[in-house]
Amino acid sequence: MRKHPLLRGLSCFYSVIIFAFLYAPIVVLIVFSFNTLKSRGKWGGFTLDWYRSLFENDTIMSALSNTLTIALLSSTIAILVGTLAAIGIFFMGKRLRRLHMNIAYLPVLNADIVTGISLLLAFSVLGIRLGYVSLLLAHITFNIPYVILSVMPKLQQLEWHTYEAALDLGAPPVKAFCKAVLPEIMPGIVTGFLLAFTLSIDDFVISYFTAGPGVSTLSVTIYTMARKGIKPEINALSAILFVVVLALLLIINFRNNAAQQRKENQPTFLRKEEK
Amino acid sequence: MKNRIRRGKTGKEEYALQVEGIGSRRFAPMLALPFSVYMLIFIAAPLVLIVLYSVCVDPPGDMSFTLSHFKRFFDFENPVYLQVLWRSFYIAVISTAICLLIGYPMAYILSRMRPTVRNILSVLFILPMWMNFLLRTYAWMSLLENTGLINTFLTAIGLPTMNIMYTQWAVVLGNVYNFLPFMILPIYNVLVKIDPAVVEAAQDLGANGRRVFTKIILPLSVPGVISGISMTFMPAITTFVISKLLGGGQYTLIGDLIEKQYKVTGDWGFGSVMSVIIMVLILLCMNLMPSSSRDHAGGGLL
Amino acid sequence: MKMTRRFVALLMIAGTFLCLFSGCAGEDPDKRTLTVFNWGDYIDEEVLQIFEEETGIEVVYSMFETNEDLYTKITSPGGDSYDVIFPSDYIIEKLISEDLLAEINYENVPNISLIDEKYLDLPFDPENRYSVPYMWGTVGIVYNKSLVTTEIDSWYDLWDETYSRNLFMMDSMRDSIGVTLKMLGYSMNTRDMDEINEAIEKLKEQKPLVLAYTGDEVKDKMIAGEAALAVLYSGDAVTVMDANEDLAYVVPKEGSNIWFDNMCILASSKHKTEAEEFINFMCRTDIAEMNRAYINYSSPQKEVYENLPDEIKTDPVQYPSDEIYEQCEVYEDLGDYTQIYDQLWTEVIAS
Repeated sequence: MRKHPLLRGLSCFYSVIIFAFLYAPIVVLIVFSFNTLKSRGKWGGFTLDWYRSLFENDTIMSALSNTLTIALLSSTIAILVGTLAAIGIFFMGKRLRRLHMNIAYLPVLNADIVTGISLLLAFSVLGIRLGYVSLLLAHITFNIPYVILSVMPKLQQLEWHTYEAALDLGAPPVKAFCKAVLPEIMPGIVTGFLLAFTLSIDDFVISYFTAGPGVSTLSVTIYTMARKGIKPEINALSAILFVVVLALLLIINFRNNAAQQRKENQPTFLRKEEK
Repeated sequence: MKNRIRRGKTGKEEYALQVEGIGSRRFAPMLALPFSVYMLIFIAAPLVLIVLYSVCVDPPGDMSFTLSHFKRFFDFENPVYLQVLWRSFYIAVISTAICLLIGYPMAYILSRMRPTVRNILSVLFILPMWMNFLLRTYAWMSLLENTGLINTFLTAIGLPTMNIMYTQWAVVLGNVYNFLPFMILPIYNVLVKIDPAVVEAAQDLGANGRRVFTKIILPLSVPGVISGISMTFMPAITTFVISKLLGGGQYTLIGDLIEKQYKVTGDWGFGSVMSVIIMVLILLCMNLMPSSSRDHAGGGLL
Repeated sequence: MKMTRRFVALLMIAGTFLCLFSGCAGEDPDKRTLTVFNWGDYIDEEVLQIFEEETGIEVVYSMFETNEDLYTKITSPGGDSYDVIFPSDYIIEKLISEDLLAEINYENVPNISLIDEKYLDLPFDPENRYSVPYMWGTVGIVYNKSLVTTEIDSWYDLWDETYSRNLFMMDSMRDSIGVTLKMLGYSMNTRDMDEINEAIEKLKEQKPLVLAYTGDEVKDKMIAGEAALAVLYSGDAVTVMDANEDLAYVVPKEGSNIWFDNMCILASSKHKTEAEEFINFMCRTDIAEMNRAYINYSSPQKEVYENLPDEIKTDPVQYPSDEIYEQCEVYEDLGDYTQIYDQLWTEVIAS
């Protein structure tokens, strides 16, 4: 597949345009985080003040800590409940299994706004106050399905011989499970955790409906601020977030590339089948 | 035993069942119990609640049955709300179509690059998605405004300004911007998996570039396209933030109305009616969609 | 196995972080806290810090956008965790009629004596049993002198096609319907369906001319010169006029709304003493002046007013003449008609 130079140039040009489109707003945010003026349209000069006041801004900092703790707690609980659920569902009869999987799919398929509202109604009927707990419960709700969906394929690929062998050799089921099954499905659990964590951090709609007085996540705070003229501190925060995420993704990517190359240098029979 | 025979789809599953037979077959499904309970309380019951709220007068105080909320929505003499639904649908279709038109070539170009380059580039595609989407949408406001950066630039080089802010095109742009990666990634994932041998075989048999594309690459990429469409269309039809920030309340979408009923007006019954309608629409769309695309949905994120 | 170990390590790190965070977030039973629910951008936040330092009471501060927004939030689950709220006149009336407010013990709020009597004993809360005035103001039109070609003095100017797609309306049910009713010569509190419908038709007619229905972000937009006209509260008008000299504010000749935002304590509050302490603090001269200077609304506090320079005292925007004051109407609670107004406003927004 050799490419015509013109076609090559054209596709380069196209990629550049798309990337410019995707990154233009981000560049704007970052550039304006150094602006002395509060206004978004005009440039007044370079400053780092917003970065300093960002760390002094209680609203943003508490929203940030809520976002992080809720993401961590909800995805940790989700992998515990979700992994157990995946194993349980795996061994269920066909009908029960389908019922469970269909319901597990609901939050994945349903519109976020409907999930958010349904939870809001549930909390009001159950008398759960909107606040930290309701936010956490909501995040667990939409996280579990993703964990199940990422652990399930690993269970299906699993070689159960080792587990059986461990049982035959007299290992108690729990120990056999930890030694023979858990390491095999671990990649699925890790993916589930990361997916849940990301979704939780990124979520706005569901948090918006389930957050309560004085407790809000970063997204909800940003939304409230966007409706009344965003503070430049938020620009500073997004610049920091951007750099952190960029660094993380690049590290992960380079490591993956390196791992892939190592693997490619190995003799074929040592390679593990990848999914 | 009967169970196993009926179910045995693959050798592995069947085997798994036997293993359980040795261990504690009755115990294993119990592991899902915490989830089952959780699911009942926080997934199933809440959805039932929405339906209840949509057909009751004033829950939980007055639970008597009424269709008045539905009648208000389906008022054919004064179809304001049906128009909103139509507008949401129409804007979502346009946004999805533009995403597909822009996204497919990009995914294709990306899939043709050298593995190291495309790995880095696909990371760069995901990167904006990790930034809070509200921030990015907000940044578009400063770009698009009448006195915004784009217009300042246009004026500086002597071109006429464009007043796109607070029009439906601003909403479409916001949708395309936010959901484009969801279109590119699934298509890209499918395209890179196409075996080069198939393409080479076709070429050896004398097919030209266009023929290879229409006869091989395009049909093979259909699952990616379908999941891309569902991943852009669903959020586009229910969005309320983008239309609020970029449309300025002029182009009210169904999501805006739902949000308003719950957050401002406090008319939960009418809000529930619209949620039920959205829910039914989405489940219908999902059933119309070939089931293979489901597995792609949501998987492209990481 | 390596993966497992690494993952466990990751979780442990996560756990440590959580402990650290929950250390900050954990509820200390002896700690005095207070949840304040105010309009967006409606306080000098430094005031909260001073209050925390002086009293040791920790303030949890949240914001709402419109009165309807406030009402829905405090009546939703979890709404009982707010202590002090800042509703306007007609919502105070509604909240009193629904027994949602606590009576204020004025022994704990001696600074009430600093409030000008002109702003006390108003019809929505006679004897001020439930509310203490915070700020007041009017609703009017802010216009950009360099962008308008006609004289702006009437609500009808918002229907002038010269300013097509060049004006901002408020995304607020009472204010938008209210000014339309006033324009047509009706009361802002009308319960006559013909009058209401006429106003709604007018609003629908106006929709193509409106650039956007906005909240607080309109301030930034007007400063940037995004549009020629906007409906705005008087205090916000002062803020934008300070930032952009081309802007001016007028209370249209047909009359307008005059509103009072008061501080109230929710009946469900578990921190009533702290709440009273807070309200008393907010009425203190130095604090009231800090807030006034920051948000530019008109303060009902006597000493604050007396200490103002003459140019502000006579500023028709901040302290309108008695003539304008007389022309303005205070919103009343619409009772059952709230729902009708709500539904019709939703229709305007949806159309």
